[in-house]
Amino acid sequence: MARFLKSCYGGKAVHIPDGFLSTPVWAALDTAAVPAVAWVARRAQRGFDDRQAPLLGLMGAFVFAAQLINFPVGAGTSGHLVGAALLAFTLGPAAASVVMTAILGIQALVFQDGGLLALGANIVNMALVGVLAGYLPYRLGGAGEWRRFSIFAGASLSVVVAGCLALSELLISGVRMQTSLLGISLAVFLVSAILEGVITLAVVRSLERIQPTLLQDSPPHKSPALLFIAVAAVLLASVGVLFASQAPDAIEQLTEHAGPRSFGWLRQAGTGLAGLALIYGLCLAIGRTVSRNRSV
Amino acid sequence: MTPLVEVHGLRFRYDDGTAALNGVDFHLNAGETVALLGPNGSGKTTFVLHLNGLLRGQGRVSVSGLTVEPKNIPAIRRKVGIVFQDSESQLFMPTVLEDVAFGLLNRGLDSVTARGRASAALETVGMSAAAARAPYHLSAGEKKRVAIAGIIAMEPEVLVLDEPTASLDPPGQRSLAGLVADLPQAKILVTHDVPFALALCQRAVFFQAGRIAAEGPVEEMVCRFDWHFAFERSKSPR
Amino acid sequence: MRHVILERWSRGESCVHRRDPRAKIVALITFLAVVATAHRALAWLAPGLLLLLLAGLVLAKLPLTGALVRAALVVPFTGVFALICWFAGEPALGLRLLAKSYLSALAVIWVVATTPLPALLNGFEMTGVPRFLLVVCQFLYRYLFVISEEAQHMSKAAAARGTAARNWTAPGPSFRAAAGALGVLFARSYARAGDIHRAMLARGFDGRFLQLHSENFRPADTAFALVASLAPVAVRLTVERVVG
Repeated sequence: MARFLKSCYGGKAVHIPDGFLSTPVWAALDTAAVPAVAWVARRAQRGFDDRQAPLLGLMGAFVFAAQLINFPVGAGTSGHLVGAALLAFTLGPAAASVVMTAILGIQALVFQDGGLLALGANIVNMALVGVLAGYLPYRLGGAGEWRRFSIFAGASLSVVVAGCLALSELLISGVRMQTSLLGISLAVFLVSAILEGVITLAVVRSLERIQPTLLQDSPPHKSPALLFIAVAAVLLASVGVLFASQAPDAIEQLTEHAGPRSFGWLRQAGTGLAGLALIYGLCLAIGRTVSRNRSV
Repeated sequence: MTPLVEVHGLRFRYDDGTAALNGVDFHLNAGETVALLGPNGSGKTTFVLHLNGLLRGQGRVSVSGLTVEPKNIPAIRRKVGIVFQDSESQLFMPTVLEDVAFGLLNRGLDSVTARGRASAALETVGMSAAAARAPYHLSAGEKKRVAIAGIIAMEPEVLVLDEPTASLDPPGQRSLAGLVADLPQAKILVTHDVPFALALCQRAVFFQAGRIAAEGPVEEMVCRFDWHFAFERSKSPR
Repeated sequence: MRHVILERWSRGESCVHRRDPRAKIVALITFLAVVATAHRALAWLAPGLLLLLLAGLVLAKLPLTGALVRAALVVPFTGVFALICWFAGEPALGLRLLAKSYLSALAVIWVVATTPLPALLNGFEMTGVPRFLLVVCQFLYRYLFVISEEAQHMSKAAAARGTAARNWTAPGPSFRAAAGALGVLFARSYARAGDIHRAMLARGFDGRFLQLHSENFRPADTAFALVASLAPVAVRLTVERVVG
């Protein structure tokens, strides 16, 4: 069962299909995704003129294809890349978000992988928050002796954060899950996250050998403390959101009266969404300061 | 009469520092067909990419009076059509007709005109029947013809063909030579195919190590550089 | 690759294929919203909507079995959740999720299989999606073929040198080898992509993909958008009135 779960979770858990999310959840996330993607696209376009669109497309296609290549991890299991962090390391956060959005869009349209109404949720989880969470450690420690750790941490963090968000959204939407199952899911996320970290590190190293200029520069930082604090903070925040959205009575109320008459679900969904908004805003703010620093 | 294409002292270095062109002087007159011969890596393809500004080096390149510089690039790309060696890289639209119309739409033609001109170009290369097919289902020879149609549809003044006969079988090469000979434009053929060059070109230019080592009638160049494919038995070819 | 089949279907000829992509996008979004917000009487509503989609597929002259099987690609993920719900003592919820996501996937297929992707993306552009994003989508889709071709060449070359070809996709080679293969795959695709882009520039490409088909929103498109969007709403209202 655990392996079956893993095969569906590892990367795909984060692809929520249509029909799973309750209306307020998908509607809110779609609404949030639209201006965010517009903003990110404009940002990316400023950094990359139109003629570089092919490079972004190529990176997207590469990550898309890389997701299909299995990495043997022993004991008969294998994992695959999700790629949000890899894109952030190679293209910078804004362009990575655009490319990830493009990947999710094509997957939803052409491969029936992830839903169209749930696209907003998937974009927020992976293309926006996932990319930023992946980029943060690289930004803080990508140059210097903690480089390898920050690449690993960035890739892992992007998977944990995206997975926790997806799970929270499902819970808020009223998909029931016992605590034991939640524990299993978290464990699975952790395994996928470590895998993502190791695979990303391996791919980054082999890309660096072939095309050394491909990776983004990050400014030198002396102390790794900030790096660890940032990683821990994002980790805690995402797990916190997950547990906040799991309050059992909320689910009770959600499944029993899903009609517009009960306002219990609205309050609960509101709490969960506020949590999401918080982490999203946090990442956005970090991203903005980061890019402002870069342009100076 | 001023030549259609004029190049003076063209030098180019790749990003990794490799010098690819070391001072090339070249001209092409209207209606003329010139072969670019020379060993692999001697700079033929690099040279050709300068003619429509895909690469920019030092020196002067002009096409029918227009200097190749950023403000002239759209106009220059209309005058110089390049058929690339690898048809796969050139054909990327979902159907043959759409692919041939690609450049026409980029030029700002409306879809009705573009469709008409694309169909006419397909007619010229004898590929009308394939208009609705997907390019990647065609044979190598058919792909090459479609790629040529995509360029001649744009009615360039200069047609550049990079290794047009590579990967074609002998009948395919023959029929391609017939097709190219009938096209009215001034042509530059980058090729290793001596019979092809002999059949089509009045003049040949021989590239060596990033510069033009010699030019003259095709036969003369072929003899001077021992530039043919005849192997002698039992001796190792050199 | 799997998606080639959708590409082939989208080149077909039917009254649905001929409609403006925007009309189909509107109809699709309405259908998805109807499915997503449905709570009551799903046992009757789901078959009703399925019949509607089947009618749509027939109208578009698409192979029924093929489309139904393709839509089942969502089942692995949905199935896990259905199982979880089953174990949690809520089999009905599981079935509901399964039905909803299957219907949504089938609806998406109906649109994607009747609209070539470039036209569809063009339709999205006209509904306000950032152009830069869509150009990236176009290139992504195009380079996907390039990369899969390069991957096939590489696995053939590996097979010729005695490494089993299946190693690229099945466990077996060392972790490093897989990462190295990805690196080489990237380098080769990067070079190919550069060639393609150069060929596009040579033909005057300036960052936007233009369409050969004229995109005029005709009265027939308006009518189609109205009918196709109202149909699922009507089905749902009828079912809810009769059953609920």
